[in-house]
Amino acid sequence: MDAIATIQPKAMRDTLLLSLYEAMLRDNDIFLVTADFGSPVMDKIRADVPQQVVNVGIAEQNLINVSAGLALEGFKVFAYAIAPFITMRCYEQIRVNLALLSEVRPMNVNLIGVGAGYSYVVSGPTHQCYEDLTVMRAFPNMRIYSPADQVAAAELPGRCLSSDGPKYLRLDAQVLPVLYSEEPPIFANGFHEHRNGGAVCLLATGYMVHTALKVADRLMASGISVGVIDLFDICGFSEDLLQSVLSSYRGIVTMEEGFRGRGGMDAMMFDYIVRRGLDLRMLNIGVEGGYRFELGERHVLHEHVGIGVERVTEKVRGLMKSLSA
Amino acid sequence: MNMLQFEAGVLEKLNAKAHWVWRETLKIHRQSQETRVASSLSAVEIFVTLYYGGFLRFDPANPLWELRDRCIISKGHGSLCMYPILADLGYFSVTELEKVCKEGSFLGGIPDPVIPGYETINGSLGHGAGVGAGMALGLKRKGRNQSVYVVTGDGELHEGSNWEAFMFAGQHRLDNLTVLVDNNHISMLGPTDEIISHRSLIRKFDAFGWFAIEVADGHSVAAIAKALQDCRREASGKPSAIIVNTRKGNGVPGLQDAPLSHVAAIKPDLIDQLIGER
Repeated sequence: MDAIATIQPKAMRDTLLLSLYEAMLRDNDIFLVTADFGSPVMDKIRADVPQQVVNVGIAEQNLINVSAGLALEGFKVFAYAIAPFITMRCYEQIRVNLALLSEVRPMNVNLIGVGAGYSYVVSGPTHQCYEDLTVMRAFPNMRIYSPADQVAAAELPGRCLSSDGPKYLRLDAQVLPVLYSEEPPIFANGFHEHRNGGAVCLLATGYMVHTALKVADRLMASGISVGVIDLFDICGFSEDLLQSVLSSYRGIVTMEEGFRGRGGMDAMMFDYIVRRGLDLRMLNIGVEGGYRFELGERHVLHEHVGIGVERVTEKVRGLMKSLSA
Repeated sequence: MNMLQFEAGVLEKLNAKAHWVWRETLKIHRQSQETRVASSLSAVEIFVTLYYGGFLRFDPANPLWELRDRCIISKGHGSLCMYPILADLGYFSVTELEKVCKEGSFLGGIPDPVIPGYETINGSLGHGAGVGAGMALGLKRKGRNQSVYVVTGDGELHEGSNWEAFMFAGQHRLDNLTVLVDNNHISMLGPTDEIISHRSLIRKFDAFGWFAIEVADGHSVAAIAKALQDCRREASGKPSAIIVNTRKGNGVPGLQDAPLSHVAAIKPDLIDQLIGER
């Protein structure tokens, strides 16, 4: 706790880009391609290592294609843009020139998408992103990292540089509470167990980890324990270790800031549970009711679409009742 | 390379090679009728000039040789004529040409980069220019002097991703990048001018900061070679575009310049007759 308290809260993109900047100073073969999307750290990178940066302008198709070309020439590439645009504006470019081509040619391209879920609160549904987990996990060779805090985000460049293949780094745009200290290394298993105990485990990713912790606190106040797991390596977590952790539970609650029942983390966990033959009742928390245009604070919007602390707490209580019936 | 050398004998060899590739392309189509032959026949002289005219550095024994020039065949589905070229150069055995589209073969109706000599995936259109621009930028940033060639088609240029790439290449003065447009004037459902006219591709490329020239007869290897030489000489500080005016289904009666020729098959009897005649 003390170590965490000393960390100055920052946006995920700032800590990630700072890690990347330090790596770029050491390694000339790292290239950062942006679709006219910046940050103060990006300004520093552009000033200090200009030969390793290019701005393709507001042109996401070309962002991917130029990144693929650079990767074919041996660069380790990070492409940087707003989350819905870097995933869906250029989906076919990702499919053809990253997912397909990387099966034949060694390539290291990492897509940094800023603005997961509702994090661009006032910008509306074009800038918000509730489909990215679904569409990106459709690629069988895409690694998806969905960190829940700035410390986890800062770890990503190092991991991405150590392995080839296409990867999607799904970052929240807001400054979120710090969950992790600098140590221990949390990435080895692809998930981190924050709480354990009780009959039900909340398995959340990204911003929803914070919601899960609040739900757990509320339930604990009335004497109910639940487990909380942060799943940050969506497609690459250790399946055996997770199964071992889940073996003490009777129910699992998936929590994602994406559409429920549309092929996101809920579908991934359903597949996992069925494939492994796990005896777990599952409840899926995700955005309900389609696209919305209301304005409001994020936690208020979350209540409207069924993923806020109040609504989730109520649903978890319902699951517990059904388990004990 | 100089044009005198071309005129002294290389030109005849190139013409003979182009004719051989045209015949071999038809032969492949005779055995694999689902291949897209019309748009392959328009590009024969473009590929022959690039690969046999001394414009590309390559090593068939080492297809991904670091010092090679990169040739991206963006109009991938219209590059059946590359199969005999690559086999002839030694990228793979000529016996493979008998297996095109057959079970177990790596030579499909639309080529993939599992074929030695193919750099990228190009079944879907509009990708080559952007990937080529990225490669050209990467080569420049590494201080390398290899060149990148991209062969595309006028129908393919309806994909907007091309124009993102063309803006980018002009802005970054990628003079190691050359785009050859196989301008056969016909897309899937008819003349490109009647679908979305490009009006003047020369003026468009010029406006995007490119050195752009036109080849009036795209079935003249001498004219294509001259254009490639002109680009090398004139295009310092700019990427190059060569608009090569060709005929879709070149040399095949009923197919040549036919609006719906894109997926049309040529009857085996006609192929036999053509191969015997020409």
